[in-house]
Amino acid sequence: MDLLRGLMLGQYVPVESPVHRLDPRMKLLGTLWLVAIVFGIRSLAGLAVLTVFLAGVLLAGRIPPGYAVRGLRPVFWLVGLAVLFQVLFGDGGGHVLLRRGPLVITRESLVAGVFYGYRLILLVVATTLMTFTTSSVELTDGLERLLRPFRRIGLPAHELALMMTIALRFIPTLLEETDKIMKAQMARGAEFASGSLVRRARALVPLLVPLFVGAFRRADALALAMEARGYRGGEHRTRMKELHLAARDYVAAGMLALVSAAVLLPPSLWRVVVR
Amino acid sequence: MIRCEHLTYVYQRGTPFAATALDDVSLEIGAGQVVGIIGATGSGKSTLVQHFNGLLRPTAGHVYLDDVDIHAREVDRRRVRQQIGLLFQYPEHQLFEETVSADVGFGPRNLGLGTEEVQARTRRALAQVGLDPDAFGPRSPFALSNGEMRRVAIAGLLAMEPRMLILDEPTAGLDPRSRREILDRIVRLHDTRGLTIVLITHSMDAVARLCTRLIVLDRGRLVADGSVREVFSDPAWLASLGLGIPQVAVCARLLRERGLPVRSDVLTVDEARAAILDALSRPAGSRTVSENSSG
Repeated sequence: MDLLRGLMLGQYVPVESPVHRLDPRMKLLGTLWLVAIVFGIRSLAGLAVLTVFLAGVLLAGRIPPGYAVRGLRPVFWLVGLAVLFQVLFGDGGGHVLLRRGPLVITRESLVAGVFYGYRLILLVVATTLMTFTTSSVELTDGLERLLRPFRRIGLPAHELALMMTIALRFIPTLLEETDKIMKAQMARGAEFASGSLVRRARALVPLLVPLFVGAFRRADALALAMEARGYRGGEHRTRMKELHLAARDYVAAGMLALVSAAVLLPPSLWRVVVR
Repeated sequence: MIRCEHLTYVYQRGTPFAATALDDVSLEIGAGQVVGIIGATGSGKSTLVQHFNGLLRPTAGHVYLDDVDIHAREVDRRRVRQQIGLLFQYPEHQLFEETVSADVGFGPRNLGLGTEEVQARTRRALAQVGLDPDAFGPRSPFALSNGEMRRVAIAGLLAMEPRMLILDEPTAGLDPRSRREILDRIVRLHDTRGLTIVLITHSMDAVARLCTRLIVLDRGRLVADGSVREVFSDPAWLASLGLGIPQVAVCARLLRERGLPVRSDVLTVDEARAAILDALSRPAGSRTVSENSSG
């Protein structure tokens, strides 16, 4: 339970920084954009520029470097696998370094493997940077504002955002409830951690049924409370913190544009620049 | 029966959120006692009792059941949990089976007992909480009233036939009549079956009525362990811990302040009545309150 709580507290780092103060819509779209262009990088120089940029954002965001490393840990396996695949099963041409049966490792595939692996790392860093510097409330607010124009075609932007907000808010509550129910059933002799897979699955029933019943009970109470305070849906509803784009958001957008241009420059043009 | 030696428990050890819930707590509870545990919210009461049946492992210190360390390798934790029954707050939230009988039988089934024994225990347990096994057995636990659901949950624990029953605020959320009923049943379980009872409660009146011994926790430390009367004899100190004394005791003290020499160590309405009548019957001349009267 303690372990779960550590993980679930999420990755938001509650400090004050220029990056934290950016409009969440800017951060959402910016991150999506970064994810898109990462796949367009063809040159090592491009990788370098993006690395420097992301490191800069990390610094500006006052994120302790330890956090960033810890956020990468679960992905290391994935990256390792991707690299391995590329190295072993990549294009066959080029200088052969090692040949063992059907497996061939060439210098080109090694370079390609590292390249792709590093791109994946940058991808993860970019997305975790967003979650480091944007609280879940801000994220749902930003998402709702971005999706608002789609209301005209029937997308329930407000309801979706509300669902996300409520779900996020209740994660810690439900985790605590799970812990309590687990302990109560263990006090009656239930075992959750032993036995075959089938047994463990069946052992979850005394845990899941009360949890679901409890969740419905809370949902009822919450709905009643919201209605009692005048909630009637998203129409004409104002908010305490309205999102406004400020000068810093435009500055950030500009920087992003510059970095994107530099990153996407094909290797041939880089050679020109370096000269 | 249960002995704790230098029990310490730290939540989320090694993280920036680490919090010491229990700090060097040592106590011993003998068979057949009725012990109350009181303390302000967050003082570690629930944490303490979760060590008695092995749900929590001490960060430091030991817990012994019948002089055997319950965390020793050979000890079967399930046996410990059969002998030490722990009822959490709002126990009706743990109900999950399709019928009341099935839910009450969950515990005995987990103990590996045969169908007949499970059924017999289920019926006995339901009877013990005042629910007719034939009327309530086949019903869905979710179709009952709150009070009935709570009794089903208690039956679920009694069906395991424990030697000790730990109840964490068993009267929370109930109306006064249901409270009295549940407490009466607890007393009966102690008197007729010899169950050791440990009661966590915020109600000083419940403590006064049921318990013979009182343990007081304050921010994870054990600050008092004695007879109920001893612990309640210093209301100022209890108030500093965020605790009170039984209402009749408050009443007796107020009467003393106003000049009637009533014994202030009363715990129940009957005792208070006797004490007041006794004070009233004294000759008028001696109706003065001396500073150090027995209290």
